[in-house]
Order: sequence, then structure tokens, then C-alpha cells
Amino acid sequence: MAKYLLLKHYRGAPAPGDEDFVPMDQWKPEELEAHIAFMNHVADTLRERGEFVDAQALSPEGTFVRFDGDGKPPLTDGPFAESKDLIAGWMIIDVESTERAYEAAAFLSAAPGHGGRPIKEWIEVRPFLSEPPAVD
Amino acid sequence: MEELLRELGPRTLAVLVRRGAELTAAEDAVQEAMIAALAHWPERMPGDPAGWLVRVAWRKFLDQVRAEQARRRREERAAVEPAAGATENEDDTLLLLTRCCHPELSPASAIALTLRAVAGLTTAQIARAYLVPEATMAQRISRAKRTLRGARLDGVGDMGTVLRVLYLMFDHGFTGPVDVAQEAIRLTRQLAAADRDPEIDGLLALMLLHHARRRARFTDAGTLVPLDEQDRTRWDTVMIAEGVAILQGALAQDRLGEYQVQAAIAALHDDAASAAETDWPQILSWYDELVGLQPSNPVVLMNRAVALTHVAGPHAGLGALDQVPDGVPRRTAVAAWVHERAGDAVVAASLYAGAAEEATSQAERMHLLTRAARLQG
Repeated sequence: MAKYLLLKHYRGAPAPGDEDFVPMDQWKPEELEAHIAFMNHVADTLRERGEFVDAQALSPEGTFVRFDGDGKPPLTDGPFAESKDLIAGWMIIDVESTERAYEAAAFLSAAPGHGGRPIKEWIEVRPFLSEPPAVD
Repeated sequence: MEELLRELGPRTLAVLVRRGAELTAAEDAVQEAMIAALAHWPERMPGDPAGWLVRVAWRKFLDQVRAEQARRRREERAAVEPAAGATENEDDTLLLLTRCCHPELSPASAIALTLRAVAGLTTAQIARAYLVPEATMAQRISRAKRTLRGARLDGVGDMGTVLRVLYLMFDHGFTGPVDVAQEAIRLTRQLAAADRDPEIDGLLALMLLHHARRRARFTDAGTLVPLDEQDRTRWDTVMIAEGVAILQGALAQDRLGEYQVQAAIAALHDDAASAAETDWPQILSWYDELVGLQPSNPVVLMNRAVALTHVAGPHAGLGALDQVPDGVPRRTAVAAWVHERAGDAVVAASLYAGAAEEATSQAERMHLLTRAARLQG
């Protein structure tokens, strides 16, 4: 059993495969609804198959923070960072094989967008690191 | 009493399955019988708890079967209770294991089903061990049972699959709230008691000889400690002695197999008072045996290259490693190690860094990065 993180990106991923891609903030309400319904359908299907572990959506806001020395406030990258990748949300699945993980990611990527067509959004698939095997 | 039930549950299940009950139905019946036991035993403990459970579970199973309207007539004819008595037979465990390790199941599903049906762990316990929600594990187990519905037992030929599943269970045994590696050892012990086969003993010996080193495999901070740097005083010598004794019994039967050979190699490691005293020439000759048994296994060829490096030096090791195809797990790490021994610090460092990218566990990744960093130092 192997766990994979399926990552949706706000930016940073390649442009979706839909030829006349329209950003989400320009979709019609019913298109947004269809999109969300599809995402829920994907999660339900994975749940039925016993592959669903967790899913969360993330705000497009994101700030890089780091320790900046004792007694100093944490350093952030400021309000005007020029470019950074932002994760839109994740889903964790627990599947039998890498092929199955890719299949699930492709399913997720087929979510409908503007005009009801699949947006063919890029989904990043990342295997979890696990415990090392017991045998040398 | 819960301890007793946990031991008797899977045995009862095995008896029902042997008598021809379908796995899911049999499991339900055993559950009900165990609930009945919890209710009745505190008041009046039966003289033969195992027999009591089988009788009650079989009755519950028959009740279930009778309740199915459509099949009523046929089932009523089949519902002749076999004579009660000393039907307990260790082979039933073997039968249940063979069923749960059916070749049609993926190893992951087979392990989950085996832990549930044969080891008697609850779905919640298995889910915790594998860090997934209980519903996810429940689905996986019931899917595995669906796959098995109607599947026939292929008998002796399945032993190879059973051993492989047990080995994988041990190899990926998390040290969570449920110790899956420990369960794998327990089941292999049961199997060894039920069936005389030197390969079962070989696998049991292999597990014990590895498990004995477990305490020394990590620092307190959770860093992986490679075999040659382990504190050997932390090895479990009692477990090593048991593993060696079992292995000797198996080897004496003169039917060599892969698990016996691997156990022999592990025994030679465990036998050395320090890493420097390891008997590498003998380990190399065991790897030669293993190559003979599994000529097309690239992992065996790779491990043989490590032994050869110890015996004949890094030059010979690199030559042997050329025979190992790219993409074999840990090949890059092994190449890094051989180059390090050859004195190519720069090449070794970059290979270690590359191997860290391919590592499948956090501890292994940190270990390889540390090696790379030391060489760059």
C-alpha cells in the first residue's frame, strides 16, 4: 500500500491542456458548480474504492516564513513577492500501484471548466516517503 | 480472556473455511460467536473453549445460510453438522493463510486480509499501522474478499505466494501501535509448526536474524545506522541463537531455497563480533548459490557485487555492478559506496546525492545525504 499526494497548483504548474483556457475567476456560476460537483465525485469514487485518505483546499494566499535569529520576529517574504508556486489543494490517496495513482490523478484532472469541457489541469503526483524496509 | 479470544478467533475461522464456509460469511459467524463468548464465559467457562467457539460459530454460520430464502433447500441438505470432537488441526491455519495470500490479490491486499483473518487484528488496528482511515482499510479488505469469492484453492503451489506475502509483511512492518513485523514472525512460526518445509523454516530464521538487530538500526534521534556501524551489543543474542538453530535444521534437510540462503547470509553477519570480522568470502559463496537459484533477479546480482567488493576490491565490484540494470532500487547508493571505497570521493558524493533523491524513506534519504555531505566536506 503506497500513499501519494495529488497536488493542485494555483501557479507554477504548466498551463492546462484546454486550448482556450479561461481562469477560474471568469467562469459562470454553473460552471463552477459543475467543477466542484465533479471534484466531490472523484473523492466519493476514491472513498468507495478504499483509496481515499484526505483532501483539503487551500487559500491562494501564501507567505514564506523563516526564523530570523533569536529575539527577532519571523522573517516573511513581504507582501509583494514577484513569483512563487502556490498549492491550491491536495488529496492523499492510498493505492496499490503508481499506475493507479496516475489514473486517479488523470481522473481529477478531467474536472470540467469553462464551457463544460475538461480543463486538463496538471496534477502533481508525489509519493510519500515511508519507513525503511527492515531488511538490509 | 481477550487474549485467548484473539488467538482462538482465527483458528475458529480457519475451521469454518475448511468446512467450506465462504470467508465473509464465516467471519461474520465467528464475530457473533466471540460476542456470545464474551457474554457467557465470565459466568461459566467451557472446558474446551476452542471446541465451544467452533460449535457456536458453525451454528451461527448455518443460521445465516438458512436465512437465505433463495437457496433454502440446497442449504438445508448441506446443513448437517459434522460430528463434534477433536477436529482442531493446525493445518487449518495453513489453509486460511493460503486463501488470504491468493496469487490473484496484490501483496498489499493480501497483507491486509491476512492481518485481519489470520492474525485476528481489527480493521482499526491495521488501518492505524498503515496510517490510513479505517474506512479506507475496511474497503480494501472487503474488496480483497470480493476478489476471492469463488476463487479456488490451488493447494501446494500457493506456498511460494504465502511465503512472499509473509516476507513483505515483515519487511514493511511499521513500528506503529501494531507491530506488523512481529505479527509476520508469529504467523510464520504457526506456519512452520503446521507444515514441514525447509523454506518456511528458512524464512522464519531470516526474520529472526534480522529482527534481532532491530534495536541497533536507528539512533535515538531516528537516524538509520548501516549494518557496519551498528552497536552489536544491542543485538538480541537469544533471538540470533534461535534463528541459527532453525536455519541449521532447515539446511540439514538438503533442500536449498532462496530464504534459507538469505538466512545463511544474515547469520554470517550476525555471527561477526565486529564488522571487520565478517566472513565475506563465505557470504559471497552464498550469493553465488542465490544467483544459481534466481539467475534473473537483479537485486541478487547487486547484493553479490557488494560482497564481491569486500572480497576482491572495488574494481571487481564495479565490474559486477555493470551487470545490474539501471533502475534497480538502491543501485545508485551501492554504486556510490563502491566508488567511495575506490577513493573517488567526488563521484561517490554526487552518486550519494542522486541516491538520496531516489530514496523511498525519510531515514534512508537523510542517511544518504549525510554520506554525500561527509565526502564533500
